[in-house]
Amino acid sequence: MIEGFVALYIFMLAAFTGYEVISKVPVILHTPLMSGSNFVHGIVLVGAMIALGHADTGLEMLIGFFAVLLAAGNAVGGYVVTERMLEMFKTSDKKGSK
Amino acid sequence: MDWFIQASYFSAAVLFIYGLKQMSSPVTARKGIIWAGIGMVLATLVTFFHAQIHANYVLMILAIGIGGGAAWWSGKRVAMTDMPQMIALYNGMGGGAAAAIAAIELVKGEPMTTTVTILAVLGALIGTIAFSGSAIAFGKLQGLIRKATRFPNQQLINLGMFVATVLIGLLIIKVGHEISGFWLFLFFALALAVGVMMTLPIGGADMPVVISLFNALTGLAVGFEGYVLQNPAMMIAGIVVGSAGTLLTQLMAKAMNRPISNVLFSNFGEAGGGEGAEVTGSMKAIEATDAGVMMAFADKVIIVPGYGMAVAQAQHKVWELTQLLMDRGVTVKFAIHPVAGRMPGHMNVLLAEAGVPYDLIYDLDEINSEFPTADVALVIGANDVVNPAARNDPNSPIYGMPILDADKAKNVIVIKRGQGAGFSGIENHLFFADNTRMLYGDGQAMVGELIASIKEL
Repeated sequence: MIEGFVALYIFMLAAFTGYEVISKVPVILHTPLMSGSNFVHGIVLVGAMIALGHADTGLEMLIGFFAVLLAAGNAVGGYVVTERMLEMFKTSDKKGSK
Repeated sequence: MDWFIQASYFSAAVLFIYGLKQMSSPVTARKGIIWAGIGMVLATLVTFFHAQIHANYVLMILAIGIGGGAAWWSGKRVAMTDMPQMIALYNGMGGGAAAAIAAIELVKGEPMTTTVTILAVLGALIGTIAFSGSAIAFGKLQGLIRKATRFPNQQLINLGMFVATVLIGLLIIKVGHEISGFWLFLFFALALAVGVMMTLPIGGADMPVVISLFNALTGLAVGFEGYVLQNPAMMIAGIVVGSAGTLLTQLMAKAMNRPISNVLFSNFGEAGGGEGAEVTGSMKAIEATDAGVMMAFADKVIIVPGYGMAVAQAQHKVWELTQLLMDRGVTVKFAIHPVAGRMPGHMNVLLAEAGVPYDLIYDLDEINSEFPTADVALVIGANDVVNPAARNDPNSPIYGMPILDADKAKNVIVIKRGQGAGFSGIENHLFFADNTRMLYGDGQAMVGELIASIKEL
């Protein structure tokens, strides 16, 4: 069990980490980065699987099913579009190549 | 097994942060997303063996297959110009998933500590708003919802709904696990409505800021639900995204000169006072052949692309023109305003798609001092971001917004469809300047003519 204050420390450190990591990103990467961070919160898939995994009643299973479905969409979609965008960034050394 | 699962979650958290860090440079960005992807696959796989999971494996795999498959299919197909709304959609799905997790835990009615209940309710509220709000944002950018819905006392009604939702949330926290399903249903229904109502009045131009905000909110919701499920990977990844997204939202709002409160609580055009000064002078047209000659014999050309270029699908032609000029020894640079395209960095993606290397592309801060030394500034599909009124007309609605100083170049060529004002409806003083020539026509066709005229030389 993660106790209240330990959780608070985790939240605090994670918040500073996120702020620091992003603060040095050039504007040209803002869109892929927003998409990339969108992918990272796709980790909600893990939680959705756990929630569905211990759902008992029909209603819980229905909600759980949608949770996993949506979360998988978040993770997979976020990855695919981010990867597609980042793949296109190249320097003039390889110009003309697609 | 539990040790192995926990170690995998830890590795996933490390990979996420490392991946985001790698994404901060264009050279390593691609590796960054791949590392983060490995983390995600690892975390997902070990979760099948998680101690709390004891049923519904078939449903689980089915849901992953359908959700993941649909997202894969759509993500591979979406055009680069449509990227913002796709991000909004995937983001909303994450918010909905976080809210659904909270719903299950609350519906279960098992005793929870007050801290857990508070975070569950908070995550549910934020996640649900991000879910329905993102759906509306998607609809607006996709053109499914065309009008910004506004009615009298809208802010007051929205505030009332939000307060009611929060009050029911407090009731759920107070009563705890014995809360009836009725109140839970009302809570989620109201939260959904709040997300819809707060996003409906926001105009398309402000949507990137809103999408970014929802992205940050989803991150927070995921982090909070991570605590509810006692899952450190979710807590860390969620809060990292929450704070990163908040910073990103602030950067975007600043670049657009629109405080976040203005975006959310007022409508574009209302904020600025008055009409703006009368424009003097007239627009002077130019033929493509003359414009081509002007650029071919220049030493330095700076191209200012706007979203209009992407709409006209002219970016490939623009790159062809650039290569032609560079072969003649002309220095060519691209000047990108932070909000060119539909969100910061979107224009870079569109140019990258056409094959323009990123070292020809410059930010506002890097390029503005270079305009006075440029022989030609070619403005294509951009309008407000090169309007000098932002610099010298205090009455203009866009006064104070950072702009590209294209007007300081020796000659300015503007490719534009017609004579009317841009989509913000603000007259552009640049178009009337003495050193500006207007090249009227479709972006792609006109750049094609420029190319043809240079080739003939």
